[in-house]
Parts: sequence; structure tokens; C-alpha cells
Amino acid sequence: MTINEIQEDIIEEFAGFEDWMDKYAYLIELGTDLSGLDEKYQTESNLIKGCQSKVWFNASLENGVVKLEADSDAIIVKGIAALLIRVFNNQTPEDIMNADLKFIDEIGLKQHLSPTRSNGLVSMVKQIKMYGIAFSHVSK
Amino acid sequence: MTIDINKIRKDFPILEELIHGKPLVYFDNAATTQKPRQVVDKLVEYYYKYNSNIHRGVHYLSNKSTDGNENARVIVQNFINAKHSHEVIFTSGATESVNLVANSFGNRFISEGDEVIVSELEHHSNIVPWQLICERKKAVLKVLPFNDHGELMIEKLDELITDRTKIVAVNHISNSLGTINPIRKIIEIAHAKNVRVLIDAAQSIQHKKIDVQDLDVDFLVFSGHKIYGPNGIGVLYGKEDLLNEMPPWKGGGEMISEVTFEKTTYNELPYKFEAGTPNYIDAIGLGAAIEYVENVGIENIDSYEQELLKYATQKLLSIDGLRIYGTAAEKTSVISFLVEGIHFYDMGMLLDQMGIAVRTGTHCTEPVMQHFGIDGTVRASFSFYNTKEEIDSLYNGILKVCKMFAVK
Repeated sequence: MTINEIQEDIIEEFAGFEDWMDKYAYLIELGTDLSGLDEKYQTESNLIKGCQSKVWFNASLENGVVKLEADSDAIIVKGIAALLIRVFNNQTPEDIMNADLKFIDEIGLKQHLSPTRSNGLVSMVKQIKMYGIAFSHVSK
Repeated sequence: MTIDINKIRKDFPILEELIHGKPLVYFDNAATTQKPRQVVDKLVEYYYKYNSNIHRGVHYLSNKSTDGNENARVIVQNFINAKHSHEVIFTSGATESVNLVANSFGNRFISEGDEVIVSELEHHSNIVPWQLICERKKAVLKVLPFNDHGELMIEKLDELITDRTKIVAVNHISNSLGTINPIRKIIEIAHAKNVRVLIDAAQSIQHKKIDVQDLDVDFLVFSGHKIYGPNGIGVLYGKEDLLNEMPPWKGGGEMISEVTFEKTTYNELPYKFEAGTPNYIDAIGLGAAIEYVENVGIENIDSYEQELLKYATQKLLSIDGLRIYGTAAEKTSVISFLVEGIHFYDMGMLLDQMGIAVRTGTHCTEPVMQHFGIDGTVRASFSFYNTKEEIDSLYNGILKVCKMFAVK
């Protein structure tokens, strides 16, 4: 599936929620289910430290596609990280580089990704994009 | 006398706002307080009718603005019972006030090998300015610790002070735990050894009657926005003789007496420390805020807020797995807490969905969090415009969040 197709899927899923509690309950579920990051990757260099929550994030290039893993100490942040992984995992660096991230806005979670909210998610998105750019040079 | 809560709430239009479709429950008062109409009206009145740069013009408006600014200074003077109005310096806030003292007092009185004492309970604003001056002067920063209730271990202060100690800088009330510190005792201990004391009153000026002469405090700082006044205005109180001995910190207009390229002489207090165009309209707004607080009565405010604190503490402690950080015997209306297994960010986000505004994180007091070995807390802080019904909403909100996490 392309990045846009996955985003459309997520938007459709969230459209089915009647109120905020269902939406957040789903994020809590996603956060709980995300396997997280192996302890050996929970290093200082993989840590994106916000003053609200921490995000650990690891990316690698395998067979021309980007593999992403993430973890957070806050479950809702981890749930949103799970959505970001769903969108960007196993995509090519070029597609990540050129992707237009729109689903966060459309499912009403924009507030979690505002630059002033120091929960680590904004930096995670930036890093995913950076990895896209970096890996696109490697894979060439 | 009791507080007429319905009448008071009508003075604060923001309290009628809906957040995510629900009535706002504003429990982030320790971060900033809401503004009554009387304050906003005063700002509007001055901008619409009297705005003009102060102390400079000969014209009607300039005089009117100057009078407003100086009248605000007198209101502050009377509120904290300073001996002279020129002991009240207007700054941009408590942070700038601490920086002013750290730099100016530090320049004049702190030398290599000298010591500054702060407490483990301080806001970063009362740590970092002292670290900066200590670094510059090769002086030593020492720390008065607190116990696991969040109470300062005041018995250690005496031995911490040496003949190299120049100043003790502590807060009156902790912003993250709500502890009320025994500042009278702290001042006594320090003064017995001829050491100056700065009190950070950012979290107490809105709750407690403060009398700087009675306390005999050397410096006291606070911010306007935490006492229902505008943002960007704050106060430094300092004893006249001390302020006179201190050099100017910032240079510019207003603070000079005469300027030549060879030598500049400085203006008198308080202008020596007020370089540039002063923030006179917000100073006037602060005056209006203090008048508002005095009309309600600071003692009435304090006793009502204590009632809210007691009610909320009992209520919250009945929640399974909830722990309150900061259990001092003397506390103000601040409750820092965590619920086992629920991250403070998650709690704060979900409460926000219910229209409940709380603060989450370290509250700019990382050493306090380090003491307890945690990354942060959820902080609910109450003001006299809050109600027990709102505390019930918080209680029910927390239960709802617990339930969401239990069924995961």
C-alpha cells in the first residue's frame, strides 16, 4: 500500500468513532499493542526528549525500504507513534521524502503535533523525513 | 466574611468558555491566573484614552500616564507594606527581577570563592540566574535540601551558611508542590549571620498577606500575571539602602541622570533600574489587579482556597493508586499527583478532552522531580474563582481516565 492509501485507511477508521473517548481508547489500545523498542535501542542517541514525554525512535534501511520502530513512556504518544509507523514503515526513502503527512490533522490529533507541544512527536516526524532524505542518498 | 463565588465568577468572562464543548474547569492557576474585567477594562481605558510615554512629555496625556504608573507603584508599595514607593521596581516579571538582583547585587557583592544558597525546591528561575553569576564570579552555589514531604530542611540552613555566604534565595511557596516555606525563620537565620535574603513570592503574592517590613526581607520578587494582572509586568522590592549600593543592570533611557561620552551618571531609585520605556500600562493593570484582590480580601481568598485544597486532597486521595507529591503540613492550593500506571501526559491530555485544564510535566522544577525519582506530575492548582463542583469534575475525570486505562 502507498503512504496515501494507508493514510486514507486511518482517516476512514477514525471517522467511525462517535466521540473523543472512543478515539482515545483506540489510541491507548494501539499504544499498548505496539511492541516498542528493544532495550538495546532505548539509548540516549535514540531518545527524543520532550519535557512532557519521551520518544525512542530507531530507523534502518533494509532491501531498499525503511524500517521504523518507536516507543514512548506515554501511551497516547505511543499510540500516535504506532500510526506514524503504520504509515511510513516499509516505504522507500523517496516516498517518505515526498510524502504529505495529512492524516494527523484529519483525525483531529493536530494538537499532539504542534511544535510547542514538547512530547517528542514533532521531532519524530522530522526525523522520519530526515531518514527518508539520508537513506535516499544511501540507496542511490 | 465569605466569598460570593457567583459574583466573583462573573468578573472572569473566560470561566464561561466551553472547551471541546464542555464547560472550562481551569486548574492551571499556578501557571497563570485569569484576569477580571476590572483589569482588562483598565488596560482598554488607558490604551483608548490616556496612552502616552511616561516621564518625558509635558503634555496632558503623558502626565496622565505617568500618574497612572506612579499610582500603581504606590498600590504595590501599600500592598506589600514597603517603606518607600521607590523601593518598588517594575520589571517584566519575577524571572527578570531575580536576574536583576543576581546580576546587580552579584556584581557588587559576590566575589571568587563566595557562596550563594538556593533551595532544592526552587523554580528554575531562581536557580539558573544564580548559576550564571556564580560561574562568572567563580562563586559556589549551595543547596538547602527538602524532605520527602516537600518541606525545606531548615535545620540545615544554619550550618550551610558560612562567612563566605552572600545571599540566600528561596521561594515562599513551591510552584510544583505547594509547600509554604517558613520564610520568617529563614530570614532570621540568615540575618543573624549578616546574609541577605531574596524571597521569590511568585506563588505566594496571590494567596498570602506579605509585609516586607515586618519580614525584614531584603529582596522580594513576583509576577503580575500570577495575581490576576497582565502578563509582562513584575515587581522587585528591595531595601532602599541596598538598592542604592547596587549598580544599574541594564542601560538605556530613563535610568540616566546625565550622559556624556566620558562619563554617565545614573538616575535615582526606582528609575536607575528601569531602563527603556517602562511597561506602564501593564503596571497600571497590575495596580487594578491588586485593588481587585484587596476588595475581595486576601485573607478571604486564602481561607477559601484552603477549603478547596482540603476538599480536593481528601477527594483525590480516595482514588485507587493516586499519589500526591508534596504533603507538607503547610500548603497552598496546589496538588501535584500521579496515578499508578498512567503517564502524566496521558492524564493531562484526557482531562483536557473533558474541558479540565491542568499542568503536566516538570513545572520548571527538575530538581524537585529528581528528588522523587519521577519525570513529572499532573498539577491541579486552585484559585478563589474555582468551586467544589469543579473539583468533583476533576475527580470524576480522573476516574474516567483510570477506567479507560483499566479496560485496555
